[in-house]
Amino acid sequence: MATIETTRREFLIGTGALVVTFSLTPGREPHALAQTTGKAKPVALDQVDSFLAVHKDGTVTMYTGKVDLGTGTRIALPQMVAEELDIALDKIKLVEGDTALTPDQGPTWGSLSIQIGGVQLRQAAATARQMLVQMAVQKLGMPSADLAIKDGVIFVRAEPHRRVSYVELIGDRSFDLKVDKDAPLKNPKDHTVVGQPVPRPDVPGKVTGTHTYMQDFRVPGMLHARVIRPPAIGATLETVDESSIKGIKGARVVRQQSFLAVVAESEWAAVKAARQLKATWSKWEGLPEMSKLWEHVRSTKVAKDDVAVDRGDPKKAIAGAAKTLKATYDFAIHTHGSMGPACAVADVKGDTAEIWSPSQASHWLRREVAVVLQMDAKGIRIRYLDGAGCYGRNGHEDATCDAALISKLTGKPVRVQWMREDEHGWDPKGPPTLVEISAGLDAQGNIVGWDSELWVPQADITEWPRTLAATFAGIPQKEAINPGNIHRNLDPSYPFANQKAVAHRLESTPLRPSWIRTPGRMQNTYANEVFIDECAAVAGVDPVEYRLRYLTDPRGIAVLRAAANMAKWETRPSARRDQSGPIARGRGFAYVKYENARTYCAGVAEVEVNRQTGAIRCTRFYVAHDCGQIINPDGVRAQIEGQVIQTVSRTLKEELKWNRSRVTSVDWASYPILRFPEVPEVIMELINRPNDPPWGVGEPAACLPPPAISNAVFDAIGVRLRSVPFTPAKVVAATKTTGARA
Amino acid sequence: MATLNVNGKPHQVDVEPDTPLLYVLRDNLGLHGPKFGCGLAQCGSCSVLIDGKAVRSCTYAVGKVGPGKIVTLEGLGTPQKPHPVQQAFIEEQAAQCGYCINGMVIQTTAFLAARQSNPSEREIRQALQNNLCRCGTHQRIIAAVKRAAALMGKGA
Repeated sequence: MATIETTRREFLIGTGALVVTFSLTPGREPHALAQTTGKAKPVALDQVDSFLAVHKDGTVTMYTGKVDLGTGTRIALPQMVAEELDIALDKIKLVEGDTALTPDQGPTWGSLSIQIGGVQLRQAAATARQMLVQMAVQKLGMPSADLAIKDGVIFVRAEPHRRVSYVELIGDRSFDLKVDKDAPLKNPKDHTVVGQPVPRPDVPGKVTGTHTYMQDFRVPGMLHARVIRPPAIGATLETVDESSIKGIKGARVVRQQSFLAVVAESEWAAVKAARQLKATWSKWEGLPEMSKLWEHVRSTKVAKDDVAVDRGDPKKAIAGAAKTLKATYDFAIHTHGSMGPACAVADVKGDTAEIWSPSQASHWLRREVAVVLQMDAKGIRIRYLDGAGCYGRNGHEDATCDAALISKLTGKPVRVQWMREDEHGWDPKGPPTLVEISAGLDAQGNIVGWDSELWVPQADITEWPRTLAATFAGIPQKEAINPGNIHRNLDPSYPFANQKAVAHRLESTPLRPSWIRTPGRMQNTYANEVFIDECAAVAGVDPVEYRLRYLTDPRGIAVLRAAANMAKWETRPSARRDQSGPIARGRGFAYVKYENARTYCAGVAEVEVNRQTGAIRCTRFYVAHDCGQIINPDGVRAQIEGQVIQTVSRTLKEELKWNRSRVTSVDWASYPILRFPEVPEVIMELINRPNDPPWGVGEPAACLPPPAISNAVFDAIGVRLRSVPFTPAKVVAATKTTGARA
Repeated sequence: MATLNVNGKPHQVDVEPDTPLLYVLRDNLGLHGPKFGCGLAQCGSCSVLIDGKAVRSCTYAVGKVGPGKIVTLEGLGTPQKPHPVQQAFIEEQAAQCGYCINGMVIQTTAFLAARQSNPSEREIRQALQNNLCRCGTHQRIIAAVKRAAALMGKGA
């Protein structure tokens, strides 16, 4: 495999605007087609030219609306194109997330970059290849069956000197071709690039300080800005004492209604001015008491009910069952906790805006910026640059709108970087989630009816969360909330004969919601997979065997067995009752078919529980994973490791805190996350199915840790944890309620 | 006006002495290896070496540095010629978003420089316990530290 080095090049193109692309080829400048043809580069999803351009120097630029948020798509997507187009990987240059140059493939979310974005790119490459072969048939006078391709050269198999290259056929010219959904793909048995653990091109730069992050990006004449948020979420600005910062060189106040910021030529001056500025705000105490969150959720008005599944008659089945069970599971509000706070640069001039943003949604963010700037979205160009990992909609979009508004108000290019308390305090949150499940078991312990209810905020999935800039500046915006598709996986991944699952969509939720990695699917799987474990325990059956009673899907069964084998799962019912002493060990299982439509995974958590302190340590976590065709196995492994570790953190430690006015967990001391000594060893087995479609990898495995850990704690000490996070205090309290069963 | 020794070269910077070193490195000297993560010395993203010790530059006033020799991530090595610790991180592919990785590399460099022998996994985890990562890259970072120790010829 060719060694790939990283270069990040900045160059001038067409309009004279600065473009940053990512090149897999050191020392070569990308040549956008627009430069040579003078035509605007197409970005429509049905055009090959939107995705690919072959250049005279033999390089190929690929354009994608999907951005690499640290997940490795920057190598996986080129692998898919290199494979289908039969070109060397190091000939590919990649342009990501530029609204002027890349097709809108939807935001980078939902574990869909490969599954949708990559598949679109691959089909464009297959279409291009088909056309190039037809051109070569004409040129070489041989039927396509007698031709072969290697490294962008088509040749007669029997007479390799009769050849024509892609450069000769199409170099620096457009394909003018619609993507053919039937263009044949290569046979996976011939794959040489897809399926290989090719190293990521951006790691050397990230490790040596030469990679350009959003936070490192500057434009000439730029002002640094800091935004000043109120001491209460719903407060309005009353007075600002501009003289309070007059000692700070070049610092000045920018204000529109309750939107308050300071700008300065130096970043530190802006930070100091933001700290020093005296302002008064109205009082506001509109948040519910934190200690009464779940009463608040239950009493919030239901806007509508979404039925996830309704089969048979679960109520009747449960009423007539030999045994019945009912349990409630809650999952705390979480913050994204990106290591670097949000950042963006905006340059607004008249009816145009040039914006650089680490948003997961370069294209869709234009709508929000357009609302804030009160201008046509057509005049807005947004370009992606890497921020810190975002795991969903965090503060990036708000910071981008902040920068745009301040640039408009000052008439200068503006860089906004949030402070830590802004990111923890003001990014939109994963909403509180409550699930209640009832089941009936027959005399053999089999589930005869399953009835579940979910309480989560409603979602207007056509709208984005309100932006802080528009809210505080008094700019009209739609008052919608959108926490993402959080009802998914409410229906359990087992085909029970009688089952119902209803999501009560609430009119409101205490803090502005959005989506955080595996939104809803994590919380719903947690409830389902703990509850089935509770049923297994009541039935006195081994948790893996109990799941196999219901599972009929062979791919599901395969991951389940693979996880159990890997963990040397000991077949016996939980809880084990053979331990004494302060530290008890246990193991717990979890399984999910993501959205009941794609990636299968199963996991085993091994835990140690300190009976006295209630502290849980997850020592080891096994994952068996089937995402269909694997594009880059090392990328898949990195994503699974990350999901497990991040979600162990969320499960054991994380809980947003607030008072009646605002979020109070605004740093890493008040919102602790998992540290190195607490990190489990992650062990995995990947099941590759090269002949199947490639499915998502960035979210599914994150469903596993909350239920697997809860089940492992039950196995260890006979205590059920039904409230995330599983803090030591909750373990101690649950032990007292349950009665310690050793 | 302060004189700083950064990556082996003297630099004159015109900043107020209370300015945190991080802003001087990033904004005045254009060194983007150290990152702003929290501004509270809690996460480690801003770490630099001063006289071989890992220091949180976000809360370290520039006026305090004096003649101390500052080394940033850029001063350790380059993509073409990485420091053994950087080399190990590349070989283990120990970065996702990579925002915390500056701190991980700097902390590891200081940790390994101060030891003669190969660290145990437990010692590595302890050495990095005040460096936060959100992507969950920990397992690879631990592997990278082990690999770096081997590359640097630390005895068993």
